[in-house]
Amino acid sequence: MRAKRFITNTACHILLAVLSFIWVLPIFYVVLTSFRAEGGSYKSYIWPKGYTLDNYINLFHGNSSIDFNRWFMNTLVIAIFSTIISAFFVLCVSYVMSRLRFKMRKTFLNIALILGMFPGFMSMIAVYYILKGLGFLETGVLKQVALVLVYSGGAGLGFYMAKGFFDTIPKTIDEAAYIDGATKWDTFIHVTLPMSKPIITYTLITSFMGPWVDYIFAKVIMGNDTPYYTIAIGLWTMLEKEYIEYYYTQFYAGCVVISIPISILFVLTQKCYVEGISGAVKG
Amino acid sequence: MGIFKKKPESVITGPSDATVSQAFKNGNPVTKLSFVIFGLGNILNKQVARGVILLAIEVMYLVYLFTNGIGFMGDFFTLGTHEQGQVFNEALGIYEYSAGDNSMLCLLYGVITIFLTLGVIFIGCMSGKSAYATQYRKEKKMRIPSFMDDLRSLKEENLHSVMLAFPIIGIVVFTIVPLAFMILIAFTSYDHEHQPPGNLFDWVGLDNFVSMFSQGSKLAATFWPVLTWTLIWAVLATSTCYILGLLLALLINRKGTRCKGFWRFMFVLSVAVPQFVTLLSMKTIFNANGPVNILLRDLGILGATEAIPFFTNPLYAKITIICINIWIGVPFTMLSTTGILQNIPAELYEAAKIDGASAPTIFRKITLPYMVFIMTPNLITSFTGNINNFNVIYLLSGGGPDSLDYYYAGKTDLLVTWLYRLTITQKDYNLGAVIGILVFIILATLSLLTYRHTGSYKDEGAFQ
Repeated sequence: MRAKRFITNTACHILLAVLSFIWVLPIFYVVLTSFRAEGGSYKSYIWPKGYTLDNYINLFHGNSSIDFNRWFMNTLVIAIFSTIISAFFVLCVSYVMSRLRFKMRKTFLNIALILGMFPGFMSMIAVYYILKGLGFLETGVLKQVALVLVYSGGAGLGFYMAKGFFDTIPKTIDEAAYIDGATKWDTFIHVTLPMSKPIITYTLITSFMGPWVDYIFAKVIMGNDTPYYTIAIGLWTMLEKEYIEYYYTQFYAGCVVISIPISILFVLTQKCYVEGISGAVKG
Repeated sequence: MGIFKKKPESVITGPSDATVSQAFKNGNPVTKLSFVIFGLGNILNKQVARGVILLAIEVMYLVYLFTNGIGFMGDFFTLGTHEQGQVFNEALGIYEYSAGDNSMLCLLYGVITIFLTLGVIFIGCMSGKSAYATQYRKEKKMRIPSFMDDLRSLKEENLHSVMLAFPIIGIVVFTIVPLAFMILIAFTSYDHEHQPPGNLFDWVGLDNFVSMFSQGSKLAATFWPVLTWTLIWAVLATSTCYILGLLLALLINRKGTRCKGFWRFMFVLSVAVPQFVTLLSMKTIFNANGPVNILLRDLGILGATEAIPFFTNPLYAKITIICINIWIGVPFTMLSTTGILQNIPAELYEAAKIDGASAPTIFRKITLPYMVFIMTPNLITSFTGNINNFNVIYLLSGGGPDSLDYYYAGKTDLLVTWLYRLTITQKDYNLGAVIGILVFIILATLSLLTYRHTGSYKDEGAFQ
């Protein structure tokens, strides 16, 4: 019995080791290539002949066409603004849907469900024309404003996660606040929000990460306005035919630079996510 | 659908209880007139501020309507009549463009006008209801709320309208209006031969749908294979990721496994990296001269110049994409299922053990049903997400390898990536819109069939 358990345990661990090897290998390759000393794109060998930090240094001393610093700042600014707007939208909608009962509530929930079924691109192309019609695509800065609007405008529809969290907060807490004379608004600001730190953090971080990882909306709106690019389309540009020979290793360096903060944020969201779905507040 | 189902007429028990039709039926002439002249009932009953605001909205709308709106609506039906022309300017000796109508803008302004009108009609109903509430209060000798009371109610029983106002404006402007616009484009001839401002396009009814399905056309010959691959892809991508992810979570969560946190970390690492980074690096890794082919050459499996066509052979491309998707998706499932596995009430397991159930029985009778119950909505979302999985296909293979039998599509194109190509590259907006509508129909049918029957939708307050 004991021997049998030992064998299954060993087999499981070996299997896990093999699997995690497969899962880590591509990431390892990305990091490895980012330190490769030889330029050029594809090589006929895997292990670099020499190692260097130049790829990282050159990345931050970009020229006019590949300007990593500027893309980084662009993305940061866009991300901060769209985070503020969309977190506000999401928290408002989810609180209303969870706590307040009014006539149109069920209708709104159903409409949100239906809207979620249309492919995002359908509206994207029309949004492009609406923004163009409103004159938002004239200059690079206006394009950035447009991008913030696009990222945060429809954010109110992504309320399911936060609504689920608010649903787990016992209603008795709200009722106690009403008895003490608080209005519903006071209850939201002074009672519910302070108890909802995990879900607020989750909402903030997910909306902050959006602009860093979105490729397609940024591409459609920015077009060929390279200086105003966000990180994602900027990195993609590095792999285009005219740049790949020179920027291949820098592309990987850029990937590593971007992945580190995003991974940290992601780990944070996971923590909040687990607290969020398990309902951290008990009555 | 159940959304617009008629509810049985309820008895009016309070001033703001009446529905719009009840307010109209039971209202006195002033109330009825308030549906047309906004705020009338309020102004006549000392609620001047509220009434004036309603009236001001109506006046602004009417001014808009008579200055621009009517013209926009006319253009909406014709989609422009003057084509942009070329006039020879003899003084300068060049051709000059004479301004014509822009069908695209005609359509856009028409849609905006329609939505403004709908909004004003909604406010009209509110005005009627508000007038009826005042009338009801007067009849029942109740106190008529002052403007200050109205403002105060915004923090109390009308809080929802304050908190929803901005998000809903955002949703209408950035989701609903664009969708309506694109749906309408499906019924026009807005393709690469009818590009405004140079050319006009016009309403063509169902022609685009007909050509999409007509036997023997190149479009139909593209649509059906692309649809088939989309469905195969969605089924395979969802099921492989779900099953393998669940197995992995179970493997890590078994009692005998040591260093659970470490193993979890190894897999989470790949999730934490932004998806476009993994996808772009995977694209280079599986390139004809990428490290995988190099490795195979070094191992002597391939000759010195041979390469496995990971993205250029249709079949290989499909298999590669599904495998890469497993690499991306399994850790996600592992993460979400781990939380749920740990949340299964321990009492269930203890009770089963006391009753003498074996480990496989416990898995079959407790773990699996629990997981399926909790994960069904999740599975449906990931299935629909995979049907619309633009990133994986676009960033990995770009839809390629292209096929000459298809209308601007490749062998691994999904409906959404084909939509993207048709609109952004090919400028056939009408065909793109048709595909978008078809995708919606597929997803809506699926979701309505399954999602509405799940516990979490029906019984949303179960855990309160």
